[in-house]
Order: sequence, then C-alpha cells, then structure tokens
Amino acid sequence: MTRLAADGRARFGAALLCAAVLAALLAPLITTIAPAVQRDVVATRFLPPLAHDLHGVLHPLGTDRLGRDVWARLAYGARISLGVGSLAVLISTVLGVLVGTVAGTWQGRLGALLLAVTDFALALPRVVLLLLLAALWRPSAALVVVVLGVTGWMSVARLVHGEARLAASRPFAESARALGASRLRLLRHHVLPNALTPAIVGAALGFGNAILLEAGLSFLGVGVQPPAPSWGSMIASGRDTLVNAPWVAAAPGIALVLVVVAATLLGDALHDALDPARSDVRGETGAALSGS
Amino acid sequence: MLPSLLRRTIGGLAVVAGVITLTFFLLRLAPGDPTERLLGPTATAEQVSAQRHVLGLDRPLPAQYAAWVSRFVRGDWGTSISTGRPVRGMLATAWPATVRLVGISLVLSYLLGIVIGAVQATAGRRVDTTLSVATVTLFAMPGYWLGLMLVMLFTYRARILPSFGSRGFDADFLPPAARLADALRHLALPLATLTLVGLGGTARFVRGAMRDVQHAPFITVARAKGITEGRVTRHHILRNALVPVVTLLGLSLPALFSGAVFIEAIFAWPGVGRVLVEGVQARDYPVVMAATAVSALLVVAGNLLADVLAAVVDPRLREPAA
Repeated sequence: MTRLAADGRARFGAALLCAAVLAALLAPLITTIAPAVQRDVVATRFLPPLAHDLHGVLHPLGTDRLGRDVWARLAYGARISLGVGSLAVLISTVLGVLVGTVAGTWQGRLGALLLAVTDFALALPRVVLLLLLAALWRPSAALVVVVLGVTGWMSVARLVHGEARLAASRPFAESARALGASRLRLLRHHVLPNALTPAIVGAALGFGNAILLEAGLSFLGVGVQPPAPSWGSMIASGRDTLVNAPWVAAAPGIALVLVVVAATLLGDALHDALDPARSDVRGETGAALSGS
Repeated sequence: MLPSLLRRTIGGLAVVAGVITLTFFLLRLAPGDPTERLLGPTATAEQVSAQRHVLGLDRPLPAQYAAWVSRFVRGDWGTSISTGRPVRGMLATAWPATVRLVGISLVLSYLLGIVIGAVQATAGRRVDTTLSVATVTLFAMPGYWLGLMLVMLFTYRARILPSFGSRGFDADFLPPAARLADALRHLALPLATLTLVGLGGTARFVRGAMRDVQHAPFITVARAKGITEGRVTRHHILRNALVPVVTLLGLSLPALFSGAVFIEAIFAWPGVGRVLVEGVQARDYPVVMAATAVSALLVVAGNLLADVLAAVVDPRLREPAA
C-alpha cells in the first residue's frame, strides 16, 4: 500500500478516477442546468464553451444541437459510463480468474474442457453478439452490463491460464504436490497468488475496454437509450456538427480518454506493487525516493 | 507438435460449428423476421405467410438448420433476402476490403508496437515516461472518436484526405498510378485510426513483458557471462518477452474485427463489418449467417497460428507428441 501511494501513476490515476466519481455523484451540485432541459432551441443551440445563453445560464462546455448543456450531460453521463464499466468488469474478472486458475491447476480433462469453452467464447464475434442481443431485447444499461461481463472474461481467463499453468509446473508447486497437498490447496496457495498479476492487469485493461465498448454501443444506438446522457451517444450526436460545433463530439471523447487513462495507470501501478518478483527491486527504490 | 496441431484444428472446426449453431438460433429467437421488411407494413397476413413459405421460414427450426448447413457446406450460401444478391458475391466483394484494412493495420501496429515497447523497456526514465504517456493515451482512445477527430482535422480543416469509401467516384477512369494513389488516400484515415488505436495496447504489452523478463535470473547469468547488452536485449529479453505478445496477437484478432466494425461504420468502408451490421438490422438471415461463419473461421485460424508461433518462440510450450 505504501508502495502504491509512492507511485506517481497510482496517485494521478486515483485522483482522476475520484474526480470522475465525485462528478458523477455530485452532478446536480456542479452543473448549472439539468442535462435534458431544452428551452428556446434556436436561441440556445450550438453555443460555444463558456457562453451565457439569453436566460443568463452559463454553459461551461457549450450546448448541443438541441440547446442542451454539454457539461451537464457529461457529468450525468459519467454515472452511466462508470457504473456500467465497473459492474461489467467485476463480472468478467471473477469469471476469468475462476476459469483460468481451475484450468491451470486441473490440467487434465477438466482443463481441456474449460479451455475449449474459452476458445469457443473467444471466437464469438463480440460486436455481432451485442448487436444480436440488442435486437433480441430492448437495449438498456442492465443488458449492456450483463452482455459486456459475459463476453469479456475470456481474455482474462487466457492470460490467467498461461500464468497458472506455468506456476503449476514450477518446482515449488511440484514439491507441494509431492508433499501431499490437494489440488484445491495448490490452487489457493500456489497458483492463485501467481496468477493474480495478469488478472489485475486484465481487469484494468478490461475496465477501460468495457467503458469504451459501452460508449461504442451507445454510439451505434444499441446501448443506453436517449434521452439518458451517455458519452457514446453524445459523440454520435456530435458527429454531424464536427464543422460548426466540434465541442459536442470532442468533450465526451476527451472525458472517455481521461477516465480510461486513469484506470489503466492505476492498474499499471497495482501491477508493479503486487508483483512479488519485482518488489525487491522497485519497491525499495520507490520507498527510498519518497522518503518514507 | 503435429498431432497436437491436428487436435487443435479439429477443436477449432468444432468451435466454428458451435458459433454457427448459436448464431442461427439466436437469430431465429429475435423478434421480427425478414418478411416484415420485405413486404412493408401494409402487407396482408396471406402475403406474409406466402412469403414465409417461399423463404422456407415456415418449416420447423431443426429442418431449416439442417437445410442451411448442408447448403453452406456445399458452397451454396444462398441469396440475400433484402438485396436479392448472392451472399457469396457480397462477401467476395466485401472481404478484400476488410482484409486490406485489418491486415495492414495488424502488421503495422505490431511492428511499431514492438519497436516502441522495446525502446521503452531499454531506454532511460524520461524517454520511457514520455512514450508511456503517448501509448496509454492512444490505448484509451475509442477508435470511432479518434476517427471523427482525424476526419475533422484532415477532411474538414486541412481538406487533404477523403473521409469515406475505399475509392473515389472516378476511380475507374484513372490511369493505374493515379488509381493506386486514390486507393491509398482513401485507405489513409481508416488505417491510421485502426493502427494508432492498436499500437498503444501492443507497445504497452511489449514493454510490460520485457520488464518482467529483465529481472529474471537467466538475464543476470547472461550478463555475468559477458554477453553484450544489445545481444542480451535481442536474444534473451525480447525473445522471451515475445511469448505473451504472440498469445496477445491471437487474442486481439476478434477485438480487431470488432474495432473494424466501428471504423467501417465511421468511414463507410465497404467491408464485412458493414455487411454484417446491415444484415443484422435487416434481419437478413443468410447474410448474417455467412458473415458470422467466415469471421469465426478467421478468428479460429488466427488463434491456431498464434499457438504455432508461440511454440516456435518458446520450446517449453511444445507438447510431447502423445
């Protein structure tokens, strides 16, 4: 934990994510107007950033084609992006670690079966599946969470399995088995700790990926439905006004990039802090540098 | 190696069969069928049932499935319900466009990514940090958004690159050299978008993998033996770091195809992704089935190739022939 606090990437990522979460939670307090309010559309549309409309309301990031405040939609949209992303990645990481470590420890028939299921799920074209499911049910945030979670665990499982398989065949695991340790004990004490590093990295990458995919689905019109503000649908609505009002598409995109960068940097820092192989090398220098 | 490869090939074909089956029944479960789109809202019940009979949609599902599989295996992929064109023809024209885009982008992003990641892992702290900021930003960028921003810069502001399609309207009348230039100009923005987005992830992964290997005992041994630093980097660090990178290559193929769906939508690129999206929207069963089957085949082939490459790079992964 001290090692993590000493890492600049961790501090930067955590601060940015905290700011995004706060913005999402406190959205009503930090915005000047509700996200769906449309008044005189002709007079208030396409106002540039920092403009006041004729009602005297400040629009920090300007307005879109319907005169809605871009900053307010961004803040309220953060609730959807962050919520959907974290729930989806929770589902997929738990599933992935479970499948990957079990397949790595029981390398016989069970492992082969789990790997076959993983390969099968990996081979499903994810976007096609999402489109199909969106056509099957009415698109909603809950559907996006479940679909992203259920279609996102395979890469975690593959990465975890690679590490778990190596760990299970290393001398310390073999000697534990020779001493009579059960498979379950092997899994818990020898395979899992070694396999967690790729899982955490996978979760960090998966979180960013889930947020990006949610926005992508909303961008294609099969994710979170309007008028609920979603960063993806905001980008889609700014697509036609790139020339006269570039801020409509630029603002949600920049917000997306910042949040995904923050999650990724935090994941990187976690990776370094948790990697036992490197703790002696970097942890001490990091602690020494920060003077703790 | 060979028996295990054969086993994996059979497994891969089973995967493709599973994907086809799943897609087939998911499609049939979805509300609405192609006759609605074909006949419009004013059609009478008799017209709808007659049309369903013509298309074979009134037969029991298992019979429809068996008929489709036997035709598909014999190379008869049917005709598109919404356009009336043969599905094989549609995919035959869409296919090269997607392979051109995805293939070139895959090669470019892996080559550039490996070079950048290797530089980061071996260079000083400042270079590493600067490149890290760049690659993490690229990695975090949604492809469709980056695409839109590039269109804004290069098409609307600078007015130097086209933003849609794979060729100009006058392409057929141009001399060969100009036609090639026209094709390259149309390829530039979608290719740049897809490559830049893929590059960030690859570079980050290569850097991480090389860092992991750098502290391994055998690297210390190699240095202690007096092997030059460049040789240690190339033969001992990079080679071992390539194992997870090769695994990632196989894993990233489906994601790349998914990404290509968005990029093709933004740039109106006439590829498989567009055929697929339009097919799903129109409930065009034969088109969706064929496009899904082809992309599943490709992904399985890619994973197989990645497994073979991994065994080439890492002898420990070569299973004893059993």
